[in-house]
Amino acid sequence: MCLAVPGRVLTISGDDPIMRVARVDFGGIVKEISLAYTPEAAVGSYVLVHVGFSITVIDEAEAERVFEYLAEISDIEEELGVRGERTT
Amino acid sequence: MRFRDEYRDPEAVQKLVGAIARATTRPWTLMEVCGGQTHAIIRYGIDELLPAGVTLVHGPGCPVCVTPVDHVDKAIEIAGRPDTILCSFGDMLRVPGTNGDLLGAKARGADIRIVYSPLDALVIARANPSREVIFYAVGFETTAPANAMAVYQAKREGLRNFSMLASHVLVPPAMRAILSAPRNRIQAFLAAGHVCTIMGFEEYEPMAAEFHVPIVITGFEPLDILEGVHLAIRQLEEGRAEVENQYRRSVRRLGNEPAQEIMRQVFRVVKRRWRGIGEIAESGLGLAEDYRGFDAEARFGAVVPREEPASECISGLVLCGDRKPTQCPAFGTRCTPDHPLGVTMVSTEGACAAYHRYRGVALAAG
Repeated sequence: MCLAVPGRVLTISGDDPIMRVARVDFGGIVKEISLAYTPEAAVGSYVLVHVGFSITVIDEAEAERVFEYLAEISDIEEELGVRGERTT
Repeated sequence: MRFRDEYRDPEAVQKLVGAIARATTRPWTLMEVCGGQTHAIIRYGIDELLPAGVTLVHGPGCPVCVTPVDHVDKAIEIAGRPDTILCSFGDMLRVPGTNGDLLGAKARGADIRIVYSPLDALVIARANPSREVIFYAVGFETTAPANAMAVYQAKREGLRNFSMLASHVLVPPAMRAILSAPRNRIQAFLAAGHVCTIMGFEEYEPMAAEFHVPIVITGFEPLDILEGVHLAIRQLEEGRAEVENQYRRSVRRLGNEPAQEIMRQVFRVVKRRWRGIGEIAESGLGLAEDYRGFDAEARFGAVVPREEPASECISGLVLCGDRKPTQCPAFGTRCTPDHPLGVTMVSTEGACAAYHRYRGVALAAG
């Protein structure tokens, strides 16, 4: 029920912030989506969409963070050996 | 698909599984709040990758599952009136009321339409000015702004034949209810990432402190869930009880403020009964006084409180995390997705449906 799907904003139309809509591409499927709740969304933004509404603009820098976290874990492992103490 | 596939990478999953194993020295019991997370956990077998003793308990985070029987009865009653069109998300159609479900009402001739977005119900209302169009609004905080927008726009354009039957529920009061239960065994929460995308996470900070329970705002892909588990276990092992945000690509501290603003205008907080759990104070959303004209209960009569019919279904215990679906004697035999006894088997995000879909064969064989 709380499923939200990421998609890329292709075009935006409408001036009234409440009625602003975008055509959003979900890996080949394009749907019209309300931007009422993400006024900051721009063409090219990735948004998370739930029941026809964009609920957030994906922060692309933060999206990489889990992979940095993984790299960090691997570094700590290497440094301390397989059963190393946690450092934080 | 970008921002999805990379979070399912098997190699990265293995690294995190290893990190969790190294971080864990004792048994811990965590609850994932959201049904979407439950679904992913069972689908990808994430629970089976965790060290022995680390238990993921499935939470009440399926709004379809917790909608009480009397609300379903009201929806069926409204749909059965002449000149009404009841619009609903598809998940609600097979949720049992006291006598049957919306799908049965539809088969008997009621005009019930499945919509993808609440705005679709507005389109139907505009196209059918001589009929009453009712949107059956179910959902958590994730869905509430979308549903609020339908009412907001209806008022703005003076759409008189549109109203809403509001069955909204709020997540933090249910988490508090679980932590306050005398038999509570939940030591940490993976909080619902999309609920927090809307609401932010400041309101969890007093809860983490008061109950001394780590709360990690967590996403929905395998890597998200495993990172959430890792952060929660690190806190538990170190004796910390903080709010951490794993799902930072989507969730910001203050949440989505334009969405909260429309919610505040359209809705007010009300007490709500949760199926299988009971009444929880300030745990639901009803229409605000200014929007009372759009309240289906004002037009068609209030929901009459009604007890759940007696049944061997244990969905209430499953929703609170007291039992696993497989501990139910009816699971997979007298209760299946085709012939469900209760909501947790009906909804695609219900814990029983997830176990049946992804583990049904193995369970039957074993």
